Amino acid sequence: MRRTLPLVIAFIMGFVMMIQYFIPHPMSQKFYKIMVQQWLIIISIFFYVFAWRSFGIYHINKIKRRKEGWWASVVAFVGVFLMLLSGFGDRIPGAFGHFIYKYFNFDDLYNYMFAPLQATMFSLLAFFIASAAFRAFKARTMEATLLLVTATIVMLGRVPLGASLWKGLPKVVEWILMYPNMAAQRGIMIGVGLGSIATSLKIILGIERSYLGGD
Amino acid sequence: MGFWDRFLKIDRRWVFLIVWIAVVIPLLKPLGLPTHITPPVKKLYDYIDKMEGEDKAVFLSFDFDPSTMPELLPMGVAVIRHCFAKKIPIIVYGGLYPQGVGMAKMAIDMAKTDFPDIKYGRDYVFLGYVPGLYLVILSIGESIQGTFGNDYFGNRLDTLPLTMSIDNYEKIGIVVDLSGGDIPTWWVAFAYQRYGCRIGCGTTAVSAAQYYPYLQTGQFVGMLGGLKGAAEYEELLVRNGIPTGRRTATIGMDAQSVVHLLIILLIILGNIGYFYVRRRERRA
Amino acid sequence: MHISTNPWVWIAAILTLAIYSFLYKDNPFYKFAEHLFMGLGIGYGAVLLWYNSIIPRLWNPLAHGTSPTRFFLLIPIALGLLSLGIFSRRYSWLIKYPLAFYMGAVTGLSVPVAFEANIFEQAQGTILKHSMFSNPWLGISNIIMFIGVITTITYFYFSKQHRGLLGKSARVGIVYIMLAFGASFGYTVMARISLLIGRMQFLLHDWLGIIK
Repeated sequence: MRRTLPLVIAFIMGFVMMIQYFIPHPMSQKFYKIMVQQWLIIISIFFYVFAWRSFGIYHINKIKRRKEGWWASVVAFVGVFLMLLSGFGDRIPGAFGHFIYKYFNFDDLYNYMFAPLQATMFSLLAFFIASAAFRAFKARTMEATLLLVTATIVMLGRVPLGASLWKGLPKVVEWILMYPNMAAQRGIMIGVGLGSIATSLKIILGIERSYLGGD
Repeated sequence: MGFWDRFLKIDRRWVFLIVWIAVVIPLLKPLGLPTHITPPVKKLYDYIDKMEGEDKAVFLSFDFDPSTMPELLPMGVAVIRHCFAKKIPIIVYGGLYPQGVGMAKMAIDMAKTDFPDIKYGRDYVFLGYVPGLYLVILSIGESIQGTFGNDYFGNRLDTLPLTMSIDNYEKIGIVVDLSGGDIPTWWVAFAYQRYGCRIGCGTTAVSAAQYYPYLQTGQFVGMLGGLKGAAEYEELLVRNGIPTGRRTATIGMDAQSVVHLLIILLIILGNIGYFYVRRRERRA
Repeated sequence: MHISTNPWVWIAAILTLAIYSFLYKDNPFYKFAEHLFMGLGIGYGAVLLWYNSIIPRLWNPLAHGTSPTRFFLLIPIALGLLSLGIFSRRYSWLIKYPLAFYMGAVTGLSVPVAFEANIFEQAQGTILKHSMFSNPWLGISNIIMFIGVITTITYFYFSKQHRGLLGKSARVGIVYIMLAFGASFGYTVMARISLLIGRMQFLLHDWLGIIK
């Protein structure tokens, strides 16, 4: 029951949602509308608890066991609390709500704390890619040389400096992107597409069960 | 230890410093290099431009988070300005992930400063977050009101003039998806293939190269690729007399040029050093 | 120079510099900023979920709706509530039902459209049509494209050893793949640098006011 019934449910839902695409009957379309607009979206709302649980368990354990850097987990919870306070606190009537709206505004927390933090974290990659440029990107083989030469042409052609050096460079880059690059990307896309369809069918048929977790 | 051995073993923090200098100097002293327009950007611009006077809306989806903000936010601002200037109704959607909502709100606040006669509810509507990923794309095809119920601010969608008349893809001229991942392919699969809605794409440079097959088949009307794509769209707005505010993408292109030269130089020097050391070791 | 007097801009600038301090070496300021970011992200998603999804999609239809069929929503709500079983070791098996329902449905929805978008349309775009030969250079380019698609696909065909014609075709495919990866790599460098340029623009314009 615990193992078989979920697989049966997955099979029925997968099969039904697949074939309804080909059935224009109003009943089929109504069923599709109810599933897509209501049921599936409502169920997915509850899946957020998985992320919250993982976050909570990891940091609570770190704090309980006083692992190295446990104070940072306290900071993480402070972040959660700040956002919840700013998101819900301003709905509280009276001076407290007004204080929260004025000094812990939800938009300000996002614009001046969350957004700069995330943007800056990812901008670190610029430094690491430059460091990797002269340490790791070696033209050891013909294939690697071809890759590096193409990369160089694209890097130059895609910036205004390239067009200033040679007017035709942007057109060369556009041709490389539109023909040989596009051809290889299409070949990869077809392969990946077939693979993902195969994985989807394996999920529907119950061959792939990893999404259900252990027993 | 020879020069090349020391060079190849240099502390990476010196490289970080050189990169930082290469970015900052062109920002302080702009080179003023012109922006060259590429066909994918022009196609998208022209498609949206032609929607002026039609009763269809642009649906702009902010499917990115602050990690790709420098590339994609200027695209969003530029497209919104384009629609405001041409009085094309636009539905700004906070995206399939919650972090996109803040990005969308930021873009609207930046874009509307030069358009005081733009009215919320008539010229544009802002939709918030609903979980479900591509289920939301499918659900929009049935009914926007049924999918969201209210806008981001809590107004019922059946009370806003724009969403009273535009409720699914039949009345949407194009979906422009701004994303750093493979979400544009979801819009193609679920909105274009199933409902026939045209798709335009604004993507980070990381993903741009892999979307050319969609451009060739026409599944994408056009594409803005990376900071350069955003700069090209800003340039098109300027050429057509549309206010752009501070052109963050265009301003960044000078620094982009200099750093690209630096990276190429580092790759060349790294390879010279590698071959020199290898040849010396073989001789030894 | 026109330094910002907005305290929020200063907070953003300090947090930005805290993250950048990692470039020198890992330190408590970076850890503080990193974990603050994690917490803010979780809280942000929760608030939006409440106001944009739970209230209009769950609460309003049930509490304020008038349609008698609205109580059918209790079925997906009940299914979704089974997800809360993850908090109990004894009842954690309950989460399999909503997961199976959801995963089955979404994979079923995706199969036909994935075929259309990624296989049929792409194959259609590869077929050489008369319009692709409107001028000689366009014709040559499209032949190059056609050869590229076929040879790239043969490279990824692993059911037979890459010998003979298949081997030669795969070798040509590698050339195309390297061209594509080179283009992707060049673009990736561009993307990463753009992110840094964006942050520098914030520090130099929004915070310090030394660039226009």
